[in-house]
Amino acid sequence: MYPSREMTIDDPAELATVLAGIVVDPDASPRTYHRLQALWARQRADDIELSYLASGASGEPFHLWRLVVNPRVAVPSLSPLIPLAGSYEREVRDLYGVDFVGATDNRRLIFHDASAMQTPSVAQRESDLSEGFTIKSPDLQLLRFGPVRADVVESARFAFSYAGEGIVHLETQLFYKHRGMEMRFEGLTPARGAILAERVSGVDSVAHAMAFALACEHAVGLEVPERARALRVMLAELERIYNHLHYFGLLAKLTTLKVADAEGHYLEELAKQTNASITGNRFLRGLIVPGGLRRDLDVNGLEVALAELEDRVQSYLEVLNKTRSYLDRIETTGILETHVALAQGATGPIERASGLDRDLRRDHPYSGYERYHFVVPDARSGDARARALIREYELFASFAILRQVLDHLDDGPVHTTREVPSDQGETEGLGWVEGTRGTLIYAVYLENGRLSRVKIKEPSFSNWRVFPYTVDGTNMMDYAINEASFGLSLAGNDR
Amino acid sequence: MPLWTYRGLKAGVKTTPWPLDEVVGASGLPEPITDACPDGCEQCVTSCPTSAITHDGALTLDQGACVGCNLCVEVCPSGVLKLSSRPTQAAAGRDTLIRRFGVEEASPTKLRPEGDARRMRKSLFVRHVDAGSCNGCESEIGALDNPYYNLHRFGIFFTPSPRFADVLLVTGPVTNPMHEPLKATYEAMPRPNFVVATGVCAISGGTNGGGYSARQGIGDVLPVDLWVPGCPPHPVVLIEALLALIGRER
Repeated sequence: MYPSREMTIDDPAELATVLAGIVVDPDASPRTYHRLQALWARQRADDIELSYLASGASGEPFHLWRLVVNPRVAVPSLSPLIPLAGSYEREVRDLYGVDFVGATDNRRLIFHDASAMQTPSVAQRESDLSEGFTIKSPDLQLLRFGPVRADVVESARFAFSYAGEGIVHLETQLFYKHRGMEMRFEGLTPARGAILAERVSGVDSVAHAMAFALACEHAVGLEVPERARALRVMLAELERIYNHLHYFGLLAKLTTLKVADAEGHYLEELAKQTNASITGNRFLRGLIVPGGLRRDLDVNGLEVALAELEDRVQSYLEVLNKTRSYLDRIETTGILETHVALAQGATGPIERASGLDRDLRRDHPYSGYERYHFVVPDARSGDARARALIREYELFASFAILRQVLDHLDDGPVHTTREVPSDQGETEGLGWVEGTRGTLIYAVYLENGRLSRVKIKEPSFSNWRVFPYTVDGTNMMDYAINEASFGLSLAGNDR
Repeated sequence: MPLWTYRGLKAGVKTTPWPLDEVVGASGLPEPITDACPDGCEQCVTSCPTSAITHDGALTLDQGACVGCNLCVEVCPSGVLKLSSRPTQAAAGRDTLIRRFGVEEASPTKLRPEGDARRMRKSLFVRHVDAGSCNGCESEIGALDNPYYNLHRFGIFFTPSPRFADVLLVTGPVTNPMHEPLKATYEAMPRPNFVVATGVCAISGGTNGGGYSARQGIGDVLPVDLWVPGCPPHPVVLIEALLALIGRER
C-alpha cells in the first residue's frame, strides 16, 4: 500500500491522456502540486514496469501511475508536455533500453561518450524556451571545462559558448561520477542498505539514510518508536546546518571576502565538531537504519552548543548582509524565473527562491515534522541573493526545530522490536525527505526481506537540469558565484 | 571591507595547535579489546559490507577496505570488538594497511615513500582529482583550508593546475568516464611526484567500487605512494599524510 493514489495504465498510447492532470500549462498560474516528481523503471520478468510519480496538494497523497511494457514497444515521450520528464526518460533509456517516441532530446545521458562532446547542440536543447534557437556564428568561442576542474570540487564537464565576457550558451555533461549506486542495493538486506545509502552523497548522508529507511519501513510495515523519530529529525536538521554554513563560506570566498570566507568555513567546522561530539561521526553516519536508530544518543550539552553556534551564525550573517561588495555580486545574479523553475523541476531552496512555496516537511510531513513549528521561507526574485536568503531563514528554522526536539525528547526505545520479515513475498515502499538540497525520494522493492530494486530521486538531479537556464545570457564573472548559489551535489546527481 | 578586517582581528587565532592533543570525532576503526573469540564464530566477517574483516586463526582487518560502519562491533556476541577512538593512519604500502591482530602487531612503518620525490622537503603543491567519490572526502579535504586546520601554515597549498603539482590527491573508486581524465592529469604533472589514494574508495573501492561503472580503487591505474584510509579520512589524518610525504611531523 502506497501513501499514494495508484493507477495502472494499460495502453502506452493513453499515457498523455491519463497524465493530463500533471501537464505543465505555461499560461496557468504556477502551482506547486500535481507536478511530476520522478519516473523510474524496473525489470519485471521480460517486461519493464514504468512508474510515474507526482506530488499531491499539501496534505494529500502522492499519485503513482504504472505502465508495464514490452521493452521493444515504444512509449510516447512526455517531454513535449512536461519538460522535466526529459531527464528521467533519458536515464530510463540508458539503463533499461526503453525507447521514448517524440522526445525533445534523444542524446544519451548517463553513458555518454565522454570524448564525443562536440559543439553544443542548442537546437536539441530539451527546452520549451530555446525552440528555434541555434548558434552559428564565427564570433563565438567554445570553452571546454572539466571534468578535472579548478580547486577541490567534484568532477563534471561544461562547454561554454561565449563572446568576450558574455556566455551565450552553457552545455553540461555530467555523470562522470556514475557509480551505479541504485544497482548496488540489489540483494542487500535493508539494514545493510542503510550503510550504502549514507554513501550516495556524503554531505547528504542523513537525508539519504532517512529516505531509504522510511521507504523500507513503509514497504514492510515497521513502526518506528517516538524517540527515534525525534532523533532522526535532530540529525536531519544538524545536517542542514553544516551544509548551509558551508554554502555561506563558499559564497563569501567567491565574492573575495577573505575573512568572511574563513569565518563561514570555521562555523561549518564547529557544526561538524558538534555533530561528532554527539554522534561520533562528523557526517552523522552510522545511526539511521530501517526500524529506528542503531543506538541511542546522549544529547547532553547539545542545546548549549547549538545556542552558542546560533549566536555566532547570527552575528556572522548580520555583517555579511551589510557587506555591499558581497550583495553587489549576488543580487540579480543567475535569475531563475518561476515558470522555468516549475517546468524544469527545480526543487528545495532553489524553487523556494523562485516563488514556488513548497517544503515536504510542511506539506507531506514525515518522522513527526507536523509537531514542530517552523517557517518555510519563499522569495520571488529567483537570483543568487534570494537563494542565499532562503538558506539563511532555513538555518534559523533548523535551530528552532532543534530547540523543540530537545525540549520534548522523551526517553524510550530507539529501535522497533520487529524484524524485517523474510517471508513476505514482494513488497514496495516509498520514502521522502526534504533534504538540504530539496526533495529526495527513495522507492524500494523488497522480495522476501531483500532489496530487489531501489530508485533514488535526488534533488541535485532536478536542480542540475535547471541550472543551465540561469547561465545563458549572463557573464563569465558571475558563473562561479551562480553555481555556488545553487549548492549542487554531483555525487548525488550522478549516483 | 574595514568591518571584516576589524572582525578578523577581533576573532584572533582560531587555528589548532599542531600536533593535536585530542582529535574530535576521529571515527576510528574496529579493533579487538579481548581475544575471547569463540571457535567458529564468523559473525563479524559475514556482517562486513566490504569484506574488510577475515578470521583465519587471528582476526585480520584491512583498514583500506573498512568504512567504520560499526556493524561488526554490533553483531559481535562476545563483545570482542570495539571502535577505536584513534584516527586512522596512512601507510606507504598497501599491505601495511592490513592489521593482523594478536599474532604479530606490525610495528609502526615508515610513512615516507621511497624514490626521487624524497628530495621534496619543504613546501608541497597539491592537485585534487575526484574520480567518483561520494563527496564526503571532498568535504574533509575542503576543511583543510578552514582556519581551524589551516593547511597553509605548513606550506602546503592546493593548485588548480597539475603542471605545478607535486602531489595528486585522488578520491573515489575511479569510475569509467574518470579513468582517462585521471591518467591525463597524472601525465600532465612534472616528475618526481607523489600519488595519494585518499579514502577507502580510492584504496579498495569500498562500498562503491566495482560493478558496471567503476573500478576497485586507483591501485591499478596509477603508482600510489601513500594510502590514506578512512571513510572519509579525518582532516587530521590528511594533514599527517601530507606532512609525511616530505618527512615532517609539524
